[in-house]
Amino acid sequence: MQSLASTMVEHEVKGRSPWADARKRFVRNKAAMFGLCILIFVVLFAIFGNWIAVWSNEELDFNVMGQVATMGQPSIENGHYFGTDDLGRDLFSRTVQGTQISLMVGVVGAAIAVIAGTLYGATAGYIGGRTDQLMMRAVDILMSIPYMFVLILLLVMFGRSIAMLFLGIGLISWLDMSRIVRGQTLSLKNREFIEAARATGVSTWKIIIRHIVPNLLGVVAVYATLLVPLMILTESFISFLGLGVQEPLTSWGALISEGSKTMAYGTLWQLAFPLFFFVITLFGFFFVGDGLRDALDPKER
Amino acid sequence: MTKLFTTTALLAALALPAFAPALAAQPGEGETLAENQDLKFWILDAFKSLDPQLTSSRTDSDMIRQLFEGLLNEDSTGAMVPGVAETWDVSEDGLTYTFHLRDSNWSNGEPVTANDFVYAWRRAVNPETASEYAWFMELMNLVNASEIVKGEKAPEELGVTAVDDKTLEVKLTKPTPYFLKTLSHSTTYPVPQAVIEAEGDAWTQPGKMVGNGAYVLQSHDLGVEAVAVKNDQYWDAEHTIMDEVKFITVNDQNIGLTRYLAGEIDWMNTLPAGRLPQLQQEYPDEAISAPWSCSYAYIFNLSDKGPEELKDARVRQALAYAIDRDIIVDRVLQGGQRPAFNWVHWATEGYTIPEEDWGQWTQAERVEKAKELLAEAGYGPDNPLNLSIQYNTSEDHKKLAIAVQQFWKAIGVNVTLNNYEWKVHIDRLNNQDFEVARYAWCGDYNEASTYLDYFRSGGYNQGKWTNADYDKLLADSATAENPNDLYRQAEEILIDEMALAPVYHYAMAQMIKPDIRGVPLENVMSAWYAKDMYRVAE
Amino acid sequence: MFAYILRRLAVAIPTLLLLIIFSFILMHLAPGGPFSQERALPPQVLANLNAKYGLDEPLWRQIWNYVYGIVVHFDFGPSFVYPDRTVNDLIASGFPVTLTYGTLAFVAAIMVGVSLGVVAAIWHNTWLDYLAVGISIGAQVLPNFVMAPILVLIFTLWYRMLPGGGWSFNDPSFWVMPIIALATSYMASIARITRSSMLEVLGSNHIRTARAKGIPEHRVILRHALKPAMLPVISYLGPVFVSMITGSVVIDMYFSTGGIGKAFVDSALNRDYAVMMGITILVGTLTILFNLVVDILYAWIDPKIRY
Repeated sequence: MQSLASTMVEHEVKGRSPWADARKRFVRNKAAMFGLCILIFVVLFAIFGNWIAVWSNEELDFNVMGQVATMGQPSIENGHYFGTDDLGRDLFSRTVQGTQISLMVGVVGAAIAVIAGTLYGATAGYIGGRTDQLMMRAVDILMSIPYMFVLILLLVMFGRSIAMLFLGIGLISWLDMSRIVRGQTLSLKNREFIEAARATGVSTWKIIIRHIVPNLLGVVAVYATLLVPLMILTESFISFLGLGVQEPLTSWGALISEGSKTMAYGTLWQLAFPLFFFVITLFGFFFVGDGLRDALDPKER
Repeated sequence: MTKLFTTTALLAALALPAFAPALAAQPGEGETLAENQDLKFWILDAFKSLDPQLTSSRTDSDMIRQLFEGLLNEDSTGAMVPGVAETWDVSEDGLTYTFHLRDSNWSNGEPVTANDFVYAWRRAVNPETASEYAWFMELMNLVNASEIVKGEKAPEELGVTAVDDKTLEVKLTKPTPYFLKTLSHSTTYPVPQAVIEAEGDAWTQPGKMVGNGAYVLQSHDLGVEAVAVKNDQYWDAEHTIMDEVKFITVNDQNIGLTRYLAGEIDWMNTLPAGRLPQLQQEYPDEAISAPWSCSYAYIFNLSDKGPEELKDARVRQALAYAIDRDIIVDRVLQGGQRPAFNWVHWATEGYTIPEEDWGQWTQAERVEKAKELLAEAGYGPDNPLNLSIQYNTSEDHKKLAIAVQQFWKAIGVNVTLNNYEWKVHIDRLNNQDFEVARYAWCGDYNEASTYLDYFRSGGYNQGKWTNADYDKLLADSATAENPNDLYRQAEEILIDEMALAPVYHYAMAQMIKPDIRGVPLENVMSAWYAKDMYRVAE
Repeated sequence: MFAYILRRLAVAIPTLLLLIIFSFILMHLAPGGPFSQERALPPQVLANLNAKYGLDEPLWRQIWNYVYGIVVHFDFGPSFVYPDRTVNDLIASGFPVTLTYGTLAFVAAIMVGVSLGVVAAIWHNTWLDYLAVGISIGAQVLPNFVMAPILVLIFTLWYRMLPGGGWSFNDPSFWVMPIIALATSYMASIARITRSSMLEVLGSNHIRTARAKGIPEHRVILRHALKPAMLPVISYLGPVFVSMITGSVVIDMYFSTGGIGKAFVDSALNRDYAVMMGITILVGTLTILFNLVVDILYAWIDPKIRY
């Protein structure tokens, strides 16, 4: 994550608004477009998957239960397109539902990190001086806290809930964001248009929201794209520990972890389908993130 | 394989008169011993403590049973056989037991005396020890045990005295039919006073630990493995064949099974749910299921904090009827468990479980009846019943809760699932912060009262069900000629009122390497002694 | 530089204190205590247990005693769940294991990752590049809790080459699978970072100059390109180190290595306050130290940075 921060600080996004150019560059980038197609596919799967599912995500198929290895295989006939899980529940609808949760955790977690990080970083950078020093020292301190441990503690202490998961995961990663944003803000702060705004008596808060933040969107977008897969990976680890969402809801992490437990018993599809969606989504985000960075970077290689 | 075990066990049981000296299992005719006599036993979690009076976990007890020996041992069928006590007498009123100890030594060569038991038992009840199993001494009905635990009397006043070095006298507050059966529990094992006083809390470390069992602790790498080797000072060392017992920790059952199949583990006594049928096909000589004295149920919160709906017995009956136990046992667990229509485990010694009508019905009839009962109680499509099921984190409990949610949905009950980790689950149970909760009870000794005592008013009874007749039957059973009749009457009340929805009686689905002999599959308490086992050459 | 290190260390102390207080309060807010159990303990026994572990005192007093014990006696207190052991014992038995496989995995991840990245960058847009990128993305997204059981199946059950779990400091065959399972995904990220930063350096002016001067290609890469290309990799090492300790939870669970990862999760679930605090402090300290080392390394390689 830090590498990303430093790499991006190095290729500073210049203030002129090169959106059209960027879009052209992005569209020409085959890997990025491929990644985007994957992501669109996964999102469509999450939204419309239930339309073609025959079973719900919690129904037990009593014909399959207890003989999943032979009867629960993926099949078009009985409506279990992806087979069933160990308990005889339809894996297709569970994967659809798991995709919804995992994408939501990824996007909401990233959004929390981005909003908190951007506001904090922009404030520190714009105000500068003592406040900046103090705010950044606080970030330094918070950076040396082992967050995964704190997250585990939070989930153990306050019970598991989606809200806690969002909050906990978001809390982990706003720090990096705030550092990057602060760096960008420092270089923006003395631009003519900001000075002009200041001269006409616009309030500090308004300047930050109206003028600084919109100009940071490029960096923020790139960073957010690369943050989502990290959130999804974190969520999968939490689910592996059994601290994820409550049954009958599920997530990719929970499905993969269940599938990996039974993979030696002839039910490999229980691992394969959720893992496939998990992997292609992460690929998609990586490709799109790289593509965005290249597109928004005027020093294009 | 099952057959072979059954016959050997039966023969052993027949050959041993009630008070015969305990002899280690010996290889039968035509069996040749293998060169290497070692046993590698799988455990799920690291040992918490190897101190007999401080431990509270079943895993720890499996090791402690090899390292220490109590007054009595259990044989392969679960019957009590002499351990350190060679013989014993009971007074006519049933209140005084006198044990005559055999000549035996600690692993450091010191003799085991009656005083070692006195020290250990006082240590267990002493509030300063803060033993989590102090209640076990109360369960044994030792004179003054409860008062000492409460801090009202000094530990020296406990009803146990050393008449001389080889004679131990125990006084009880009331006749206790199951008293002898409690004497193979690790809380009652003797411990070496001199060593504990010299080493403090660290006395259980390898090298420092001194025991009187058939094995001594050689090494203990927490969370990895612990090794116990044959103790030459043990009184029956010449009949002990197994040289070494290794406890291997594998935190994941599936990895444990993989390692068993790779030959790294000899005995895995808890297979992952649903795996037994496939393994029985592939390894008919190794995959086995044996009854295990534990019962699984959903308990209803009938306290003031509980939901009003559950206070209607018809609702509880409907919920109990709607659970399809055959599906749970045959399709989910698939490990030889039995559907339960009562609370006490079916294999409990001397006990015949009550025949319940609803146990004989088909599931369709039960569901039909359940719907009727709910309608009578005033619940239906317009006024559905909403409940929550609480369970603690575990793959198996999760599967069952999900299945039960679906069964209850079929009779029009909406269920939400609440999963908590064990500590929170237990806390909420103890504070009556639940509606329906998953619960299981494992027998502390092989007699029906260990189960029934749970539902006594003032017992653990987390659902706070009460019934005066039930309490009276249990109180009367202590002095009854045949307590099992009273137990059965009490259980009939319990099930009529449906204080719980019984689900299944446990069994241990396990894998045992075919050359290992002497595994006590007939012992429903699943207490095993490595000294009674051996390996044959293939 | 020296003053900078001192300043960083001075900040470390309040940071740790903050961490201690935060975790302490969090832990005590949680439902369930270390002695919650099925058969509720008699009040006298519970009172004795609480007194024995000092839980009967007010919270601020407990925190004070705790910090005092650590600072003055380096004593992290007794474990509540393992009555035979102190927290110092538990850490002393688990930490060397975690440290051993963690360090080896760390080194392996850096060596393999950097090599892969450099190869991919030098042969940019050839099949070698695609292969390296393919491998690294694949490895990065495969969770280690999927990887670990696969390794056991292959190396223990099918080929019988390696023990399926356990630990020994004398027998490296126990180390192999933990290292592979732990190192893979970080190896992959390091490879990706190395590749992109190497590509950038190779395209820069000073490399073009070096090439124009006729310096042989291997010298250009080793002498001139590698060092600056390592900067982003180095700044990535801090987070890698921390995630590896987290990842050790999976390693300990699947390979029965007996490290502190599993001990931490267990202590949180069992409300073993003292063990949980001890490990949190240990990991917090390591994180701080490691971030410092990374920063110093960074400054040493990049002469432009001054503190």
